[in-house]
Amino acid sequence: MDSFKVLLIDDESELVETLVERLGYRGVTAKYTTSGREALRMMTDEVFDIIVLDLKMPGMSGEEVLKEMKNRNIETPVLLITGHGAPIDEMDEKIDGVADYLAKPISLEELIAKMKESIRSE
Amino acid sequence: MNQNQTESKSDALISGVSPMRYRRLWRFSIIITLSVSLIPLMILAIVNYHQDQKAFHAENRYTVSQILTNTKRNLESVIKERRSALTLIVSEQSFDELCSEARLTSTLRNLKKSFGGFVDLGLINSQGNQLNYVGPYNLEGKNYKDQEWFHEVCLRGVYVSDVFMGYRNFPHFVIAVKNEKEGVADFVLRATLDMQLLNQEIHSLNLDRYSDAFLINRNNVLQTPSLHYGNVLDTADIEVPPQVRNREVIEESTESGERITFGYAHINEAPVIVIATKRLQNPFRYWLSHRSSLLWFLVISVILIVIFVFYRATWMVNRLRTSDMKRAKALHNIEYTSKMATIGRMAASVAHEINNPLAIINEKAGLLKDIAGFAPDFPIKDKTLNLADSILNSVDRCKKVTHRLLGFGRRMETRKELIDLEHLMKEVVGFLGKEAEHRNIEVQYNIPKDVPTVENDRGQLQQIFLNLVNNAFAAVPDWGKIEISIEEYNDNTIAVTVKDNGSGISKDNLKHIFEPFYSTKGEFGTGLGLSITHDLVSKLGGKIAVDSKLGEGTSFSITLPFEKTDILG
Repeated sequence: MDSFKVLLIDDESELVETLVERLGYRGVTAKYTTSGREALRMMTDEVFDIIVLDLKMPGMSGEEVLKEMKNRNIETPVLLITGHGAPIDEMDEKIDGVADYLAKPISLEELIAKMKESIRSE
Repeated sequence: MNQNQTESKSDALISGVSPMRYRRLWRFSIIITLSVSLIPLMILAIVNYHQDQKAFHAENRYTVSQILTNTKRNLESVIKERRSALTLIVSEQSFDELCSEARLTSTLRNLKKSFGGFVDLGLINSQGNQLNYVGPYNLEGKNYKDQEWFHEVCLRGVYVSDVFMGYRNFPHFVIAVKNEKEGVADFVLRATLDMQLLNQEIHSLNLDRYSDAFLINRNNVLQTPSLHYGNVLDTADIEVPPQVRNREVIEESTESGERITFGYAHINEAPVIVIATKRLQNPFRYWLSHRSSLLWFLVISVILIVIFVFYRATWMVNRLRTSDMKRAKALHNIEYTSKMATIGRMAASVAHEINNPLAIINEKAGLLKDIAGFAPDFPIKDKTLNLADSILNSVDRCKKVTHRLLGFGRRMETRKELIDLEHLMKEVVGFLGKEAEHRNIEVQYNIPKDVPTVENDRGQLQQIFLNLVNNAFAAVPDWGKIEISIEEYNDNTIAVTVKDNGSGISKDNLKHIFEPFYSTKGEFGTGLGLSITHDLVSKLGGKIAVDSKLGEGTSFSITLPFEKTDILG
């Protein structure tokens, strides 16, 4: 499964725009949004293989997005980006419905690897 | 916050640096408690002493007074009895009968038997000639016409002398009675009595060694022997008291400062005076002997009170000092913890804020690399790729810094987790990486590959390691060396040792090194670093030990518990 559709959600539009472009170079179809609410709308309109979500956002936060996804029974795997720089084993606890974590600044190779792994394990 | 800090600091200063305050408190509490408990006791003792003295003097006066009364009564009755006996003889027997030697001898015998004390009897006519005499001396035919006593007996009908030696050459006294029958020629019956008769009366009083009783005549001549004033017929150095009807008791001081109770009474039957004295023993010594039980009670009470007061004050001040110290330490701990928490929070938020732009830089540089990489060759392609790589490398370095800061911020939360000690230690040393570089300090690790993980609090372990490594950095000179080893100590403990080749710690200092407020850094140290480390290690279930040699260096070892199953899990 080499080609998959990604939804990137992060309030830093410059970051997500660049990421989408870079993923495009590697044959990954990606869409992005800077708002949680918009992301939920996109998720109901379209089916994604994986969602990459920033935890801390103005307006609707990453956690709220996750909760809403659960309410709407959207079971797309989620990769969570945190600005707290903590590797998974040091996080307080795994947040429900999150497949894996990534710390900012993201390494693109790691992102792609984790996306593939999460989709595979689904 | 600021005010709290200064407050707790001054508090720490007071309890840590001013032992004088506790000594003063100790002394003050001892003085107050001793005075409160001893002064009433002493007042009671003094009051008791004075009351006792009063009673003692009253008792002395009473004793003297009793001696006087008894002696006076006894002596008067002794003399009166004998005088009456003689009066009876002269009135019952005729002059002729008494002229018979046999008759006089039997009379003397009867007197001796009935009354005692009689030595001889003499019959003297109105011309003063001794007509008949019975007794041990050869005194028949003596003439008493010119003697004073003869005149007196002729005048008054009865005469009692004082004690004198006379012809007989032993102390005696005389009772003479005159026949006063109508129509019969006057004659006088004269009896000599032994002084011992009087002395016996005084002896019968059974006086104690402080008391004395004796007789003197009006010329200060002793009539009976005295303890202090001389023997019979010596002249006593006593002021002759004026004639009083009854007795009188006074208190006097002798020349040597001795107090005596002095009493006298005139004997009605004879020209003598009874003197009774009672010397006061040293009143204080009297009190000591008299009130020995009270005194023992006093002494033991005072000793017990003093012991108790000292013990209690020491105990109290020590407790106060300990609790002050604990409080100051706790305050300092709180201050330290909250400071660390603040720094942690600040560091985390700074790192978080930096991570966002850093991520953008990262992606932009990545994109630049992508674009250049996927584009066909162009003149500066290689240079562009190199530039992008160099940006990405710098971002990586920044990332390490921000992640370390975030880790530091998170360590304030207390939670047990599996910890790779080697990783944690290297992270801690990483904080001091720049200092190590500047000062050329070599940090050497002796850590085997298979060191088990430990389940413990990450933040607190980090703080412990940081304190130890910080101390080691402070101890070593430039170009110094620090060795860090981690090893399995035994089946369930891991030992972490930080060893430096600094100047070492003297044995005296080593004893106090984990005590709060003990610092060798003077103004630069709070003296709490190792104390807090010690407490933290204990809290985490571990132990800390120190080994040091002057000039060779110091090594701190902590041992931490771990469970074998963790490796398998």
